[in-house]
Amino acid sequence: MIEPQPVAVTVNGARLRRFVEPRVSLADFLRQDLGLTGTHLGCEVGACGACIVNLDGQPVHACLMLAVQADGMRIDTVEGLSESGELAELQAAFHARNALQCGFCTPGILVVARDFIRDCRASGRKPTRAAIRDALSGNYCRCTGYEAIVDAIESVAGAAPMREDAA
Amino acid sequence: MSAATDSPARHREKGRYIGRGLPRPGAKRLLAGRGRYTDDVSLPRMLHAAFLRSPYAHARLGAIDVSEAAAMPGVHRVLTGADFSAICTPWVGTLSHFKGMRSAPQLPLPLEKVVWAGQPVVMVVAETRAEAEDALEAIQVAFEELEAVVDLDAARAPDAPRIDADAPDNVLFRTRIEAGSTAEAFAGAQSVAVDLRFGRHTAVTMEPRATLADFDPSEERLTVHQSTQTPYQFQDLYARHFGLSEARVRVIAPDVGGSFGMKLHVYHEDMAVVGASLLLRRPVKFTADRMEAFASDIHARDHRVRARLAFAPDGILTAIEVDDVTGVGPFSAYPRTSAVEGNQVVRLIGAPYRLTDYRADLTVVAQNKVQMSQYRAVGHPIACAVTERLVDLAADRLGLDPFEIRRRNTITDDMYPHTTPSGYRFEKLSLATCLSRLHDLMDYPRLRAEQAALREKGVHRGIGIATYVEITNPTPAFYGVGGAHISAQDGCVLKLTPAGEVQCAISITEQGQGSEAIVGQIVAEGLGVDRDAVRVLTGDTETTPSGGATWACRGAGIGGETALQASRKLKRRILEIAAAILQAEAEALDIREGAVTDADGTPRMTLKELANLAYYRSDLLPPDVSPALTVAHHFAPRGYPFAFTNGIHGSLVEVDAETGFVTILKHWVVEDCGRVINPLLVDEQIRGGVVQGLGAAFFEECRYGETGQLLNGSMTDYLVPMACEMPDIVIAHVETPTADTELGAKGCGEAGTAASSGAALNAVNDALRPLGASISQLPMTPERILRALDVI
Repeated sequence: MIEPQPVAVTVNGARLRRFVEPRVSLADFLRQDLGLTGTHLGCEVGACGACIVNLDGQPVHACLMLAVQADGMRIDTVEGLSESGELAELQAAFHARNALQCGFCTPGILVVARDFIRDCRASGRKPTRAAIRDALSGNYCRCTGYEAIVDAIESVAGAAPMREDAA
Repeated sequence: MSAATDSPARHREKGRYIGRGLPRPGAKRLLAGRGRYTDDVSLPRMLHAAFLRSPYAHARLGAIDVSEAAAMPGVHRVLTGADFSAICTPWVGTLSHFKGMRSAPQLPLPLEKVVWAGQPVVMVVAETRAEAEDALEAIQVAFEELEAVVDLDAARAPDAPRIDADAPDNVLFRTRIEAGSTAEAFAGAQSVAVDLRFGRHTAVTMEPRATLADFDPSEERLTVHQSTQTPYQFQDLYARHFGLSEARVRVIAPDVGGSFGMKLHVYHEDMAVVGASLLLRRPVKFTADRMEAFASDIHARDHRVRARLAFAPDGILTAIEVDDVTGVGPFSAYPRTSAVEGNQVVRLIGAPYRLTDYRADLTVVAQNKVQMSQYRAVGHPIACAVTERLVDLAADRLGLDPFEIRRRNTITDDMYPHTTPSGYRFEKLSLATCLSRLHDLMDYPRLRAEQAALREKGVHRGIGIATYVEITNPTPAFYGVGGAHISAQDGCVLKLTPAGEVQCAISITEQGQGSEAIVGQIVAEGLGVDRDAVRVLTGDTETTPSGGATWACRGAGIGGETALQASRKLKRRILEIAAAILQAEAEALDIREGAVTDADGTPRMTLKELANLAYYRSDLLPPDVSPALTVAHHFAPRGYPFAFTNGIHGSLVEVDAETGFVTILKHWVVEDCGRVINPLLVDEQIRGGVVQGLGAAFFEECRYGETGQLLNGSMTDYLVPMACEMPDIVIAHVETPTADTELGAKGCGEAGTAASSGAALNAVNDALRPLGASISQLPMTPERILRALDVI
């Protein structure tokens, strides 16, 4: 049956309680129930990456999980990560380099790029362009030629002391 | 970073914005997740639509039982073809200047037959999308399956099943272009021939199509929020087909998540959503999911082209003969027709070269597949690939280098204005300059030496080049003469606000390419104000003047010129007022950095002071001086029927002869789109275009089974180019401004797509040549390459 279930989540730092039908995806919950429309649906099969958000600090496809599965967890969307300033460096680089056109894929790419750079910094790696392109292999962009996105991520990754990546 | 991409031709003086690689102001909103795409819009009392779609490619419709669905929770209405035929007049996708063209009339939902798998048949309108989808499962439709017409060539057979029962055959349109005598030219000449196949692919905009119609019966007003690039076109269509007052129809295209030509065609769902809102008198939204997008968004290309080229022993090309057969789906798309794609193929083949004799036949055939119509670089990639493959084959036959044969044959600088055998008139191109620039940019001799050295080691690299000519800045000759209500002019309303800032409402639209950014730059420079003081509004028929919007590379060239002229008009207006206040001659004044100045730049008063006076103290102005600080300007190109951007691509690939996989190592583009307004935006738009062309070359194909089922209608099955598969793309500019406008800009949005697949085709064939193989079908999948190599 599809009776709504209680769900308690922390979204962008705010603790929220809602009743949600079990069949509702996390993406639809964020967009429709919470009005967080920065999370976009491009394919709904986990291929395009437009819906990627952070779940307990890790990037996940919001189209591939149900809202009820996120019960008790922390979700950070592009809106929250923007307001907290965690994406500021990347956003500035993307803006300067015009690393977006229509912007539909951009929130998912920013979340993935932030995670990638955090990993690079944690391990002290300075990623090659090939490694950046590889990290983006779950994010489709149809407007840019990807090059500006790679440039923007590279410029942020290069801003911190890191050693050359072996990849 | 942006400073490095400024056009070298421009001085970096203060107030100079045209030619500078400035970031887009609007991009900050999108980066913060604050975009507002159509599906993000939610209205009070809004209902959601879902469609039952035909499982068959071709079937007669029997009884439709919706009683159970209509009684399900949340369902407001279940609508079928008859509900809409009462309120909507049919549309027919023909243009009168394509003589003899025909296409079956269309309604939002079918009455008797379905003609492609995925065609919407029944519409459910419910409280939520999920409830609407639940109800779809309770609908019973009696389909009587008919034989489907799938293959391009089979559809033309005399005994092929008819898609339109009233038609004599499945051919929707035929045309022949003839100049000189190809029969004479080929007699005794050397020649090469190709038989090339180009698969169907589709736009795959990251944002699927979305429409939200809101009819307010109290005022008989219809507001449609729609993910489209052409809001004025849809305002006209909704008004005409539903019998509404055009002034009471408003179409709003907020942020649009990619379009590429796909979102300017009429879709059955659009009309059904508008019709449902009229019938239910409530807002109704439909957003396609990705499977629906694959099964109903227009597909592109789908050609089989046989062509041959005659040439002299010295490598001078003389004549081309072409037979292009293109499959367009069951009917021609509306309102731009599915004939334009093929028409541009047969008119653009051979265009960069000095041919004397030309003959081309085009046959546009119907099939039981999704409709095929205009998509980025309409017809150009086909024309380019056919031409450039022929030229490479001729070079190979004669032992000439690909650069050398092109050098001997491209239209030279002393030949302009030039008319092609197919009738296109070129004001001025820069083909020879682009050719030599590419040679340098690629470091061609080094690449050839490296290629030869690697071949010794069993590494098969290929180098391909492809010259293109791109149609831009279209005049009414494009659609208007054929009877379509598609405007070739643009409008701009400029207002100096009471605070001394500038608001610019313009009819070109923004889908991410940066229309708003370049218009802001043009207005700021034209007026003499800071770029940040200009706010640009687009995408709303009620707040912007009517015009053509953004398609066919007309935004910068026509919209940009409109904005420039409008800014000059507002400047004159401001200086008239300033002259009265300052008791000076208007001609002796100027505007710089937001202030009225003397001719030598000495500031006299700020625009804020002037605006304050005009708005709040107009009593201080002389009685014969108007206080108006809003101007409107419209511009339509009147010189050449089209402007033409030109350029050349280079492609370097490596073919793995054991697996058939191709690695795209590098791609180069030299392009000439006239005056470059913002190189930062132009470059990445060209790169985006290149990647879409490389997608067509290597990955993207809408694959159909024998019964007309689309076999790969999801993003897991349909391959879109990914970052890790794409190379770095080197771009260089040549600037030959058109003299038809003061701005001098031509289009650049399709230049990347026009030639990248042709260059890739030549590159792969260059790699295969020493192996005694060649490929003549796009996309060049590993399987097809292995077949070409006789491995499988």
